[in-house]
Amino acid sequence: MKPVAFEYCRPDTIAEAVELLAEFGPDATLLAGGMSLGAMLNMRLVRPTALIDIKRVGGLDRFTVNGEIRTGATLRQAAALSNEALMRAVPLLALALPNVGHFQTRNRGTLGGSVSHADPSSEIPLALVTAGGSLELQSKRGTRRVPAREFFLDILTTVREPDELVTALVWPKARAGAGYAFAEIAQRHGDFAIVACAAEAVLKADGSLASLAFGLGGVESRPLVTETAAFLGKRADADLAAGIADAAAAAVTPMSDFKATADYRRALVETLGRQVLAEAFGQAKVR
Amino acid sequence: MIRLKPGTRHTVTLNVNGKAITGQAESRTLLTDFLRHELKLYGTHVGCEHGVCGACTVMVDGRAVRSCMQLAVECEGANVSTVEGLAPLGELNALQRAFHRHHALQCGFCTAGILMSATHFLEDTPAPSEDQVKDMLSGHLCRCTGYYPIVAAILDAAKEIRAVNPIQKEKP
Repeated sequence: MKPVAFEYCRPDTIAEAVELLAEFGPDATLLAGGMSLGAMLNMRLVRPTALIDIKRVGGLDRFTVNGEIRTGATLRQAAALSNEALMRAVPLLALALPNVGHFQTRNRGTLGGSVSHADPSSEIPLALVTAGGSLELQSKRGTRRVPAREFFLDILTTVREPDELVTALVWPKARAGAGYAFAEIAQRHGDFAIVACAAEAVLKADGSLASLAFGLGGVESRPLVTETAAFLGKRADADLAAGIADAAAAAVTPMSDFKATADYRRALVETLGRQVLAEAFGQAKVR
Repeated sequence: MIRLKPGTRHTVTLNVNGKAITGQAESRTLLTDFLRHELKLYGTHVGCEHGVCGACTVMVDGRAVRSCMQLAVECEGANVSTVEGLAPLGELNALQRAFHRHHALQCGFCTAGILMSATHFLEDTPAPSEDQVKDMLSGHLCRCTGYYPIVAAILDAAKEIRAVNPIQKEKP
């Protein structure tokens, strides 16, 4: 349970970091907080030639709340959670973060690291996907922005090219009057979610559903946002919440693993989904 | 930029419990192993080595973190606090005394990590609720106590620390 030998690289700037990525390509692994990677290195599930530690890259942990909401890749989860302005601006992140690991791991784990790692049961990727956010990636070839809903491909697999560095997450501003809810079922608090649900709902003046993003984590091999167009315009009540959750449960192809069967996950999408949707409807202000 | 080759030992300097200490570590050496084998600070325990059990928790730059999931070389120049630093003059501090009073340990394997977590936690949260203590403790495994004495000890220690030092500033 000790890592393989590797070259340890600690760049001070983004330019140095992408230079290293260009040099090592797929043989390099990026290290931010290391709360997932550390375990994988210790178990030798990851055997990099070079480890590129981006924690001391200047400015990569900065965030902006006014104007565009941008959180630097190495912003620590605990630092995000303790910033009231940021948590007000991104309600789904505020609801998701207390479920991420524990006090001791949030003290070091980062937002960008969790998203780049792309564990299908992780909360931060689910929040970003549900909110409709995006990622900024940089390489020697240039920079690009990728919508979160196109970033994740499969378990621990994303569209990030080996020479690219995730530099920031970009979050849409909280919508006025929108209702937000997040909940998960895990074996113990802080464990990986078996199923996590996130929702952002906007209602019209007559109490009908104007827009809805309903996200699911831990169900398929990547966080997903379910198809809800058929339910828009309907009265946002407990029956509609049940209808949307049931439709989602019927549409997904859940994973089966040592923690839960596909059927159990499907049942959780139904029951937890109903609760989360009803909560989001209840939180939304009728305009 | 720093680049440290594999398979060779590098000089690492940490500020441990207020003292600058230098040792040798490979680039892949974990902070836990560096503390124990190189600096001979055996108070920090090694449990699961994947960040779950909490036995190896120390404070790095004032924050409770897993020392098994970071490298010694990552921490170059950092301030590291270990359980040895809680009673520098051989006298238990308020938190340790509360653990003793409440029988909050039996075998003691998990205790060093919990003490370090609780130290940071009480700095951030000087007047915690029972639920907040339990949430913090969810990052530690203890197979002896059933946790209740630990919760009681931390709440009691918080009270004692508040009585001695009533004005606690929130950390930035």
